[in-house]
Amino acid sequence: MAEAAKMQVSDEVAIQITGMNKWYGQFHVLRDINMTVMRGERIVICGPSGSGKSTLIRCINRLEEHQQGQIIVDGTELTNDLKNIDKVRSEVGMVFQHFNLFPHLTILENLTLAPIWVRKVPKKEAEETAMYFLSKVKIPEQAHKYPGQLSGGQQQRVAIARSLCMKPRIMLFDEPTSALDPEMIKEVLDTMIQLAQEGMTMLCVTHEMGFAQAVANRVIFMDQGQIVEQNAPKEFFSNPQSERTKLFLSQILGH
Amino acid sequence: MDQHFSRSEMLPPLAPPITERGAVKWMRENLFSSPLNAILTLLGLAAIYALVAASLPWWLNSVWNAESLGQCRAIVAETAGEGATGACWAMIRERWHQFLFGFYPPDQWWRPILALGLLFVALAPVLFAGQKRNMAFLLGGIAVYLVVTLTLAETPAAAFALAVALVLGLTALSQVQPGRLLWFTAIYPALCFWLLWGGTVWAPIVAMAGFVLLYLVFRFAAPVIGLTPAAGAGIVAAVLWWLYLQGPVSGLLQGALPFGLRAINSDLFGGFLLAIVIGVTGIAFSLPIGILLALGRQSDMLIVKTLSVGFIEFVRGVPLITLLFTASLLLQYFLPPGTNFDIILRVIILVTFFAAAYLAEVIRGGLAALPRGQYEAADALGLDYWRAQRLIILPQALKVSIPAIVSTFIGLFKDTTLVAFVGLMDPLKGVTQIVRADIDWKGIYWEPYIFVGAIFFIICFGMSRYSMYLEKKLKTDHR
Amino acid sequence: MAMATDVPKDSFRLSMLVYDTRYRSYTIQIVVLLLFAMAVAWLLNNTAQNLAARGKEFNFAFLWQRAGYDIGQQLIPYTNDSTHFRALLVGLINTLVVAFWGCIFATILGVIVGVLRLSHNWLISRMMTVYVETFRNIPLLLWILLSYVILSETTPQPRDFRVTDEMAAAGEAPAASMIFFDTVAVTNRGTNVPAPLFERGLGSVDLGFVTLNLTLLAALAVVAGSFWVNHRLVAAARAQQEATGVRPATWWKSILILFGPFIALMAALGFHLEVPELKGFNFTGGILVAHSFTALLIALTLYTAAFIAEIVRAGIQAISRGQSEAAFALGLRPNRTTRLIILPQALRVIIPPLISQYLNLTKNTSLGIAVSYLDLRGTLGGISLNQTGRELECMLLMMLIYLTISLIISAAMNLYNRSVQLKAR
Ligand SMILES: Nc1ncnc2c1ncn2[C@@H]1O[C@H](COP(=O)(O)OP(=O)(O)OP(=O)(O)O)[C@@H](O)[C@H]1O
Ligand SMILES: [Mg+2]
Repeated sequence: MAEAAKMQVSDEVAIQITGMNKWYGQFHVLRDINMTVMRGERIVICGPSGSGKSTLIRCINRLEEHQQGQIIVDGTELTNDLKNIDKVRSEVGMVFQHFNLFPHLTILENLTLAPIWVRKVPKKEAEETAMYFLSKVKIPEQAHKYPGQLSGGQQQRVAIARSLCMKPRIMLFDEPTSALDPEMIKEVLDTMIQLAQEGMTMLCVTHEMGFAQAVANRVIFMDQGQIVEQNAPKEFFSNPQSERTKLFLSQILGH
Repeated sequence: MDQHFSRSEMLPPLAPPITERGAVKWMRENLFSSPLNAILTLLGLAAIYALVAASLPWWLNSVWNAESLGQCRAIVAETAGEGATGACWAMIRERWHQFLFGFYPPDQWWRPILALGLLFVALAPVLFAGQKRNMAFLLGGIAVYLVVTLTLAETPAAAFALAVALVLGLTALSQVQPGRLLWFTAIYPALCFWLLWGGTVWAPIVAMAGFVLLYLVFRFAAPVIGLTPAAGAGIVAAVLWWLYLQGPVSGLLQGALPFGLRAINSDLFGGFLLAIVIGVTGIAFSLPIGILLALGRQSDMLIVKTLSVGFIEFVRGVPLITLLFTASLLLQYFLPPGTNFDIILRVIILVTFFAAAYLAEVIRGGLAALPRGQYEAADALGLDYWRAQRLIILPQALKVSIPAIVSTFIGLFKDTTLVAFVGLMDPLKGVTQIVRADIDWKGIYWEPYIFVGAIFFIICFGMSRYSMYLEKKLKTDHR
Repeated sequence: MAMATDVPKDSFRLSMLVYDTRYRSYTIQIVVLLLFAMAVAWLLNNTAQNLAARGKEFNFAFLWQRAGYDIGQQLIPYTNDSTHFRALLVGLINTLVVAFWGCIFATILGVIVGVLRLSHNWLISRMMTVYVETFRNIPLLLWILLSYVILSETTPQPRDFRVTDEMAAAGEAPAASMIFFDTVAVTNRGTNVPAPLFERGLGSVDLGFVTLNLTLLAALAVVAGSFWVNHRLVAAARAQQEATGVRPATWWKSILILFGPFIALMAALGFHLEVPELKGFNFTGGILVAHSFTALLIALTLYTAAFIAEIVRAGIQAISRGQSEAAFALGLRPNRTTRLIILPQALRVIIPPLISQYLNLTKNTSLGIAVSYLDLRGTLGGISLNQTGRELECMLLMMLIYLTISLIISAAMNLYNRSVQLKAR
């Protein structure tokens, strides 16, 4: 808790979602989502499977379209305008459950691809940045290997580094540790905690409650496509308000 | 900033906004989602319109009753006006039997019809292993098919009664002891051969006895000298039986108990009868040979491996036509002077080898896809090579290669049309050429090709759908 | 160590050949080898006896005898006075020509169809499915025969293209007209296409065995040169991107470099097309392409394209959606994503089966027999064989040639596979 208090939250709005609804065909996945994320905030989203957590954070960088309401990221509203989408995507990094590294490129190439083609950074500079972030996630020696030659935890750390190379102002994580073996989870979480301490704005879908307690300013609980409860982690875990939250917490903390 | 939020009442699901619903949205998303897509849709519609506009009158003006193409055209001109086009299905009406049976004598058509029905009876335990309901449907369908077609083909009463009794008996058996049906599958090849080519019934029976001999020798020798040598000994015994005793024994039996069907010469075979005979035999025999070749190619024994690779690469490296020409031109050089055996048989042998080489590669892919652990597990269980292959490795390897195996079969069946080039009467070139050479039907082309193409399409498409069904079923079995 | 001496030392017994794992595999291999040798000896012996009985011998001298037949489509000089060997070469070239164009057209069509099958456009993807299923489930032979019959029986006679004075006076159109801006005439005798001609051609030099067409050589040299320069241009652009981050636009320079010199050369040589013209009852000028070639090419293209479409579709689908999503999340645009992420991965999946389709297509050219196309099988395995009665030699030689082509193609494929294999643990 002490650490979480150290990290400051500014009063600048990073993400503003108002009255957002989304449907897959007839299926109402996201229902009336309202949410404000301040710069420097670290938010953990949890909830049962199929509750729409992934869909929600994928809407934030427009991997999914929403049909009603407004999403404003860093002052840019997400509409069909390609320029806005490009702008938001280069500001927002995303880490996936299954890493999604590019298997035909070396680790270094994975890291430099987007800076070179999107940010138009000279190759040498891009490689220096890449090596910097690789050292930060503690695997600089793997730079010339291919993703298939790395362990799951290493791959996920590379994926984090790959996003960081774009110097994003916001990071989205979609269950970054749930495809990993227990002994690899820690190395990835450590990386994420380090990132949080540096003041990165983070939205993280995860069921790692230890992580939530250590770094989150806020925990959001979703069910049936809606935000059911949100609160500071301490209160969220010690004093849940809604029945659904209680049930969910008893299930995941129970064993 | 207020961090607290808690919902006491859940929101109900709402219907999507009106722009997100209905036919308009469906069209917008599926047909006109971008300018490019809109153009493509319009192009597609234009193509369909052009096709329909060009061919619909032709189909609508079809003529079913006419003696010749000239008459057909006259009828079309009369009914639909000068310059109209119309299909002349009258040709199919007059010649359908050549497309199906070639020159097989009409009063004997019941024999191939029966053989086809029994083919599916024999396949039933393979296609639907142990699923009584599906088997009952299939066998019931076959019974109906046989009753109808055999009546139409004016089958002799005795044969009709026997056939129906046989199918009903096997249907009953399939419900009581479905496993036993495999015995029928085992004797089917001999039965089919006899039905199609006729002659004395003793020839196929004595030939089957060769297999029984093989099995007996293997059975009694295996405990004494081991599996592989016993199999070798069995094969030697069976070959000796076929070479030296087959003729005399069947002659003797025929003398004592004469029974047979009218012998039908291979020249009379044609059309889909020929295609199916070659295709089915090729498929049935290529699979085991293909498996052996694949195992040979994976083997640690250098000589076995080299020979397998050499065979596979050679057969896959040359066009099928050259192999068929080998059957018709070169076998006379390779076999002892004076031997001359049936051209259909020669073609079947080479088609089988051809398909076996392709299957071997497909199965090798399946073997390679198995995790190393499976082999090690089989070793750890103390299974010997053949048991490990039969019980553990092959079932899995074959399962993953099912789609590829079936497409090889489809390819083989389509390739049966190439026998036209060694003088056999395949449905596509052989029969169509005969029809088109007839002065009455000279100049007809769409109709025969559509007819033959449609039958090929139904058979091949059916096979590919069955393989998809099987793949899905095995996948769910797996979980 | 005492234990070891206790183990009875195996003295060799005959049964060990069968039971002992050390000898067993040797026994089996030797038996197999013996059987194989016996089979080969038996075949050779039979062949020798049969040849003797027919009064023939096994030799290839007939290849240097006069062939005495004509070949319609010849890309190297050939007359009926040439040797059987020359006929073989003409046939081989005809095989390779159909195979080459077939592979190119089938690839283009197959890629388009395969991509369209995956499109979100409901109508188009259904239409492509119908196309693929229709062509895959009906024998190639049907498509060849049908194309040929349609080309040779439904097309007009040359004289139908004629405009008589009366027709011109009455303003009537002729019964048939040429297509592609009046440059191509499809008649029942063949397809008349324009011939490329040069006013100031470079002529050719005769090197005894082959005749070198200098015009063609010059054109090839210019094209190769252009490609090389373009390659350098792209490399320079990449170097600049690496240094400054900004990639200069190269597409218009590429177009200039690739096409400019070629067009200049053509102009310098006085390139023009000789359009076929109706003279009397027949077309003169231009090149007459036989229907056997066109039908075979059309059928091979349509048939193989259906298989290639499936390969392309499977290849693209094999790349998980996560790959493009990751690229989008990094800010890459869809077309960059396709070029940098999807294509390089899909190609690894697509190319091996694609090459085996090329192999199949090459072997399927032998179906040209159905429309009397004189390819390798039609010359060496057809007319030469029938005229000389040398079945054994002709067939063996023909198989050897097909086998060589196949082995070359599959060797190329193996090389490719090895070079692109994904590195994994
Ligand atoms: N492309 C799609 N088309 C239709 N329905 C979808 C699609 N993607 C997701 N869904 C549905 O939307 C709902 C929410 O999915 P989402 O992936 O957001 O859940 P989640 O909360 O991330 O679950 P999990 O914890 O399992 O990842 C689920 O019911 C899912 O079936
Ligand atoms: Mg999810």
